[in-house]
Amino acid sequence: MLNNIQEFYNILPIVILGGGIILSVFIELYSQKSESVLPWFSILIFLSAGFYSLLTVANESIVLQNMLSTGGRTNIFYFIFNIGAALVCLLSVDYTKKYGMNYGEYYILIQSSVLGMMLMAGAKDFFMIFLGLEIMSICFYVLAGVNRKKEKAIEASLKYFLLGAFATGFLVYGIALIYGTAQSTSIDIITSKFTELSGNIIFLVGVLLFLIGFSFKIAAFPFHMWVPDVYQGSPTTITGLFSTIGKASAFAAIIASLTALFSGGFQSLFLPYLSVLAVFSMLFGSIVAIAQSDIKRMLAYSSISHAGYILIGLASGTPVGVAGVVFYLAVYTFMNLAAFGIISLIEGENDANLEIDTYSGLGSRNPVLAALLSLIMFSLAGIPPLAGFFAKYYVFIAAIKSGLTWLTILGIVSSLISVYFYLRIVVLMYFKERETEITYSKSFSGMLGVVISVLLVILLGIFPGSLLDLIIAYL
Amino acid sequence: MEQSLLITYLLAIPLIGSLLLIFINKKNEQLIKYFGIAVSLLAFVVSLIIYFGFNDQSGEFQFIHKFDWVKDLNISYHVGADGLSIILILLTTFLTPLTLLSSWNSIKRNLKEFIFFMLILELGMLGVFVSLDMFLFYVFWEAMLIPLYFISGIWGGERKIYASIKFFIYTMAGSLLMLVAIIWLIVYSSNLLGGFTSNLLDLYKTGPTIDTTIQGFLFLAFALSFSIKVPLFPFHTWLPDAHVEAPTAGSVILAGVLLKMGTYGFLRFNLPLFPQASIDYAIPISILAVIGIIYGALVAMVQTDMKKLVAYSSVSHLGFVMLGIFALNQEAVQGSMIQMINHGLSTGALFLLVGMIYERTHTRKISDYGGIAKLVPFFSFALLFTSLSSIGLPGLNGFVGEFLILTGAFKSTVLDSWWFAAFSATGVIFAAVYLLWMYKKIVFGEVTNPNLNSLTDLNRREKLVLAPIFVFIIWIGIYPGTFLKITDKTSENIIRLVTSPQNQLPVENVDVP
Repeated sequence: MLNNIQEFYNILPIVILGGGIILSVFIELYSQKSESVLPWFSILIFLSAGFYSLLTVANESIVLQNMLSTGGRTNIFYFIFNIGAALVCLLSVDYTKKYGMNYGEYYILIQSSVLGMMLMAGAKDFFMIFLGLEIMSICFYVLAGVNRKKEKAIEASLKYFLLGAFATGFLVYGIALIYGTAQSTSIDIITSKFTELSGNIIFLVGVLLFLIGFSFKIAAFPFHMWVPDVYQGSPTTITGLFSTIGKASAFAAIIASLTALFSGGFQSLFLPYLSVLAVFSMLFGSIVAIAQSDIKRMLAYSSISHAGYILIGLASGTPVGVAGVVFYLAVYTFMNLAAFGIISLIEGENDANLEIDTYSGLGSRNPVLAALLSLIMFSLAGIPPLAGFFAKYYVFIAAIKSGLTWLTILGIVSSLISVYFYLRIVVLMYFKERETEITYSKSFSGMLGVVISVLLVILLGIFPGSLLDLIIAYL
Repeated sequence: MEQSLLITYLLAIPLIGSLLLIFINKKNEQLIKYFGIAVSLLAFVVSLIIYFGFNDQSGEFQFIHKFDWVKDLNISYHVGADGLSIILILLTTFLTPLTLLSSWNSIKRNLKEFIFFMLILELGMLGVFVSLDMFLFYVFWEAMLIPLYFISGIWGGERKIYASIKFFIYTMAGSLLMLVAIIWLIVYSSNLLGGFTSNLLDLYKTGPTIDTTIQGFLFLAFALSFSIKVPLFPFHTWLPDAHVEAPTAGSVILAGVLLKMGTYGFLRFNLPLFPQASIDYAIPISILAVIGIIYGALVAMVQTDMKKLVAYSSVSHLGFVMLGIFALNQEAVQGSMIQMINHGLSTGALFLLVGMIYERTHTRKISDYGGIAKLVPFFSFALLFTSLSSIGLPGLNGFVGEFLILTGAFKSTVLDSWWFAAFSATGVIFAAVYLLWMYKKIVFGEVTNPNLNSLTDLNRREKLVLAPIFVFIIWIGIYPGTFLKITDKTSENIIRLVTSPQNQLPVENVDVP
């Protein structure tokens, strides 16, 4: 029930997106040129929802009968999701044409998945989290196989669906146990009862199962099995969507549901779980990435290792750590979108040009793309003054402040390992030559998307305060 | 001109220069070369203005410019210079135009990118020497790896990829461990001061209050990073590879300035931040330094490649600097500072000369040469002059630094043994052996290699590159007072921070993070 007009204004980002989806369906139904209209219409929807959320960040409230929160951190997440999704659409315009999959549903599904993410990030109730997660996941399963002529894409879609369903099973079971012990699914009520519940083993098992369910979604070791295949098989732009805001939304849901518990000693209870997950994700991801010859698979393992760094921030269990996680997610979104955007420009028919060796000599053949990709690789490796460095720095500060120096040292070790495979791309591009020529898709919109992402990475690296101040002000 | 903005201007010049360079047409190589030299000369002029405006009666930081950068962590853009910074700024801005001039013809492809990376590198190096904020320092320290990596990777020799990756990973390993120590220190200070700060001057006050055991760990984390850069024995293995594969300009900058960052780091961070640990570890580090002096010299003796010989001589010479730092008295520290400059000039010139002859003959093997004295008299003289300066002949620059370091080490109360000075003095003798040996094989005797007959002597541009370096080699040798005066109060200040750290802060109620 909407109590007053202010509540309506507060949930307007969700309304904009929901309205946009319905309009898009009608455009798809009745317009002859829906394929060329819908991408730009989606971008418009995303940008208006995103910037509206940013402008109304101060309107903190809880609406819809304690189901959703608005303003503050929720709106910052809305902003990240929508800007990320707008960039994905921008990258997709020419890419989908190249593969003959420029269906209208492609964009409608992206819009719906973002709606799901927004519900997760703002959730004040476990039901809302579940609802948002399912909206997002089902769209994701379809999007993974949207290129229905390609066997690998269908395999990816099916694999994602099966393991996703499995993960949801854990999640629902966890929520059931939490409800059983707390007699409520409202996050605020559960938080207020935490002291009596923390001794209840069934409740703790419930929270653990809930976390395991999300560990699948954030691609943390040992729940990462689906990641390389799905990332490789899905269309490159969609992989960009999964690995960035898809992952960010899962972290947003964990933060929305569990950070309130941190103050009540939650950190020490689940520290072993989170830190073990973090350590193995970082090291496993970095080490296995070295052995990859396909660039999408390499980025898949790099994504596993970045999940580990983000988990360090979560494990530290303080507001500083949460701020670090949010900042890291924003930076990671732009870094990875730029990387996948560049891959999508270089990619050819039938998965051609996806081997890492393809990038040999790119520095002399296409200096602009090579320079952009090197900046992203340096940022992913965490080298200043790019944003990837500051994100890691902040997360490590949070960890050391919580006494997790050992976790930071392992994070550093993993960073060092990862330098090797990120730099390998730079080495190939600049220090080696290639005999055979390859053709690139000349796509203005794709290039624009990549350039915007890279500029954001540089901007957030040199002026991290621009976003960080906002995040800290609305913890 | 506003005094406090001078250093910011200095940093802005290479930055703006490199950004403007992007817009110059790649084809217009002549313009690109002149532009690069003009920008680096402008930086040199500004650093001269800084030098003349510097008050050498004070050991404090001057030309301080500070504004907020990341408010939540209280990170600020905070730069300033004391005597140590000033001489290293001068060395950097002095060598950069000379290296650009020296690679006038040797860079055959991607000239624009080369100049771009050189200017960015200059920015990184200057930034390291003027940062008074721990975070800012780390950003410059790491960011500088990128241009150097490209310079040795794109324009390097045959095994350039191996060498540049080895260099990158090696130095990155050290700096990441230092990052943990930096964060630990910042978090510790935030518990003490009640808010985050990465201001070096604040950390100088909190660092000495850290418990001795932990101070030791932090000291080692910083020391590892700096030792790799110096390089201190046994962390030197990347150096010969990097030098041999890097182009001449890369080698000159690497030997001339980059190695000094390691020794600068010890003086600026290790000693004042962890005074107790510095005293505790002075003897082990001095032992490594002495081993480095002798080992570097012995290995240099058996090299067949000129560049490798000079590279190992760097290991030996930097050993002197390290010994001087950890003798922990003013005389030796001041000697170290002068020795940093000396090494930058002498070894820089040696690499330039090796590069010049390599351009003509495309070989660096000592055995390919012989009897060139008659063919290229000016080159032969220049090589002799530089070798003598590197050996430490009285009257030239090398002598002053080594003399101060050895007397300082001899008198040192921390080391408390004359063995250090005695053993390292043999390094001076060995230096004479390997450099004069090389000189004899290259310059004297009969011309055995027929290819050498077409050798041409140094041209006007090459003389122009060497002349300013020679002027300073003689200047420091005859009248070191000019340079000792700048570092006098600074070295006194650093020693004071180690021996009597001012911890006016309450030491109670500290939660160790």
